[in-house]
Amino acid sequence: MPLIELSGIQRRFLLGDTTVNALAGLNLQIEAGEYVAVMGPSGSGKSTLLNLLGLLDRPNEGTYKLEGRDVTTLSPDEQATVRSTRIGFVFQSFHLVPRLTAAENIALPMTLAGIPAAERNKRVAQALKDFGLENRADHKPDQLSGGQRQRVAIARATIMQPALILADEPTGNLDRHTGEEVVNLLEALNAKGVTLIVVTHDQGMGARARRQLVMEDGRLKADSRTANISNLAEISG
Amino acid sequence: MRLADTLRFARDAATGYPMRTTLSVLAMSIGVAAVVILTALGDGARRYVVGQFSSLGTNLIIVLPGRSGTGGFNPANAITSTPRDLTIDDAGSLRRLPGVRRVAPLAVGTSEINYGGKLREVMVAGSTAEFIPIRNFEIAQGQGLPEEDWNRGSSVAVIGAKIREEMFGNTPAIGQLVRVGDRRLRIVGVLKSTGQGLGLNTDELVIVPVSLAQAMFNSNTLFRIMIEANSRDAIPGTKDQVMETLKQRHRGEEDVTVITQDAVLATFDKLLGALTLAVAGIAAISLAVAGILVMNVMLVAVTQRTGEIGLLKALGATSRTIRLAFLAEAAMLSAVGALVGYLLGQLGAFALRQFFPVFPAYPPDWAVIAGLSTALATGLIFGVMPARRAARLDPVQALMKH
Ligand SMILES: Nc1ncnc2c1ncn2[C@@H]1O[C@H](COP(=O)(O)OP(=O)(O)O)[C@@H](O)[C@H]1O
Ligand SMILES: [Mg+2]
Repeated sequence: MPLIELSGIQRRFLLGDTTVNALAGLNLQIEAGEYVAVMGPSGSGKSTLLNLLGLLDRPNEGTYKLEGRDVTTLSPDEQATVRSTRIGFVFQSFHLVPRLTAAENIALPMTLAGIPAAERNKRVAQALKDFGLENRADHKPDQLSGGQRQRVAIARATIMQPALILADEPTGNLDRHTGEEVVNLLEALNAKGVTLIVVTHDQGMGARARRQLVMEDGRLKADSRTANISNLAEISG
Repeated sequence: MRLADTLRFARDAATGYPMRTTLSVLAMSIGVAAVVILTALGDGARRYVVGQFSSLGTNLIIVLPGRSGTGGFNPANAITSTPRDLTIDDAGSLRRLPGVRRVAPLAVGTSEINYGGKLREVMVAGSTAEFIPIRNFEIAQGQGLPEEDWNRGSSVAVIGAKIREEMFGNTPAIGQLVRVGDRRLRIVGVLKSTGQGLGLNTDELVIVPVSLAQAMFNSNTLFRIMIEANSRDAIPGTKDQVMETLKQRHRGEEDVTVITQDAVLATFDKLLGALTLAVAGIAAISLAVAGILVMNVMLVAVTQRTGEIGLLKALGATSRTIRLAFLAEAAMLSAVGALVGYLLGQLGAFALRQFFPVFPAYPPDWAVIAGLSTALATGLIFGVMPARRAARLDPVQALMKH
């Protein structure tokens, strides 16, 4: 059973009186533990796909099965529970809560899930250590560097031990070196068995993934699992 | 999310935006402070008047000579000419009525008191031994008037505190002979100082036996008959009996007025109570205004924190969690505002009492409770809409606003 199974996914947006097909007839299977890079030009539907996979958005048509269960028909609160327990997000702009400390930001998913403070503190302490943030626990996001912020965000995404991590251009706001570090962290998580899906513009980063998806106009233009992508740079434009 | 976490989250969010938080707390606190101070004023006025009336005595029934048109309390009765004298014997006849505990006839006039060459004008009240307990006066030194035949008063006097002070200074007053008008009277008692009240100012009063006063003023009539009923419940029945008895004694004519302090008191109480309520109502409007402000502040908060709400959703927050977080924040703003307002109001009432010590400007409990709960309720009610708006935000749209 694949972790993710999309079939016939349509996602349309109304922009004025024109309809944009952000996702058009998408079929896709991703196995548990995979490391997938989603590439393609701007506006090709990468973010829309990721939002859909993260249950932040619903398709207009088609079904999405997560761990064998049709999640498109779930109620918003059931979807929230799935997000809480199974999915971790990493955003390009970090999305940390500015008034909370690094430790509190990392703990936030557990706080929202109602996990007791003792358990939270234990797990946060471990995460701070794992991500090299021990000395930054009480810093507010504006006292952290970009790389530290993204590490906090990744720590937050993994704190509920999700099966799936969705990262939308996680290195987009970072310099090359810091971006490299962040990718290493994500890959280490994948190595421990977490399914990793990364949207990226960076050819080099995309090439590091074990599977590449290239999107164009809401469709899957190429999938390295079904076709050998010999020239990634050319295809992903 | 756990309750403690929700509260902490809401608190951090509120303190994270000090400007708007201060603003809404301020609005709410002004509203609550207004309720507390205005009701303290209103209820203070009520208490002041009620207190003044109560100081006249408890379960009091008062007989005035002359008939009042309406049968109610009419100050004009005090000065109208009397068709028939109200006599000491009239008063004496009331002592045997079943609902009556005490009766005191009262004749009043002004005279001069003279001791050791010092002379001053005084108010003279002619009454009996029971006058002092009926009126709740207290004896500071010596004793009250003696129990004796009402028609044969001995030559004694009880004097007010100020008179004692002025006439005797530091020397003992009890047992001294003073001249009041053309009589020589022995001082048997001194009243405790009470200060100025609604009734007589006892500090400048000389109390003498009623027959003596009548002889002094060369009159047969009484100014009042004071009756103390056995209990509050006995007042109406006793009032009727008094009226009936005096009517019989006056050849079937209702030529006296019987008033109960209760009736007067109840009227004032009701009137001033209504006033306080009206004032509280007006102050409550400011609470509603504060509630609307809290709503606006929370709506701004939802707009300001749209990105954060999107994030919370992405991190698995249910709409309920988000609703509760924003509701808790609104409740916190109004709760803190209410608390600050309560303290400000109590401070204001305290200041009022300092400046006007005779005026018991205490906010009534009902007003404090109503004010605080209205503040909390408006905060919550006006917090619902912003909270629901936050909970309904589309996560993808919300996340893009960062
Ligand atoms: N909320 C929206 N409303 C209207 N159009 C949208 C919305 N979100 C995405 N789109 C459109 O859908 C298409 C795909 O967008 P997106 O998934 O963000 O692309 P990418 O992430 O690959 O750059 C774009 O044409 C974009 O304009
Ligand atoms: Mg995008």
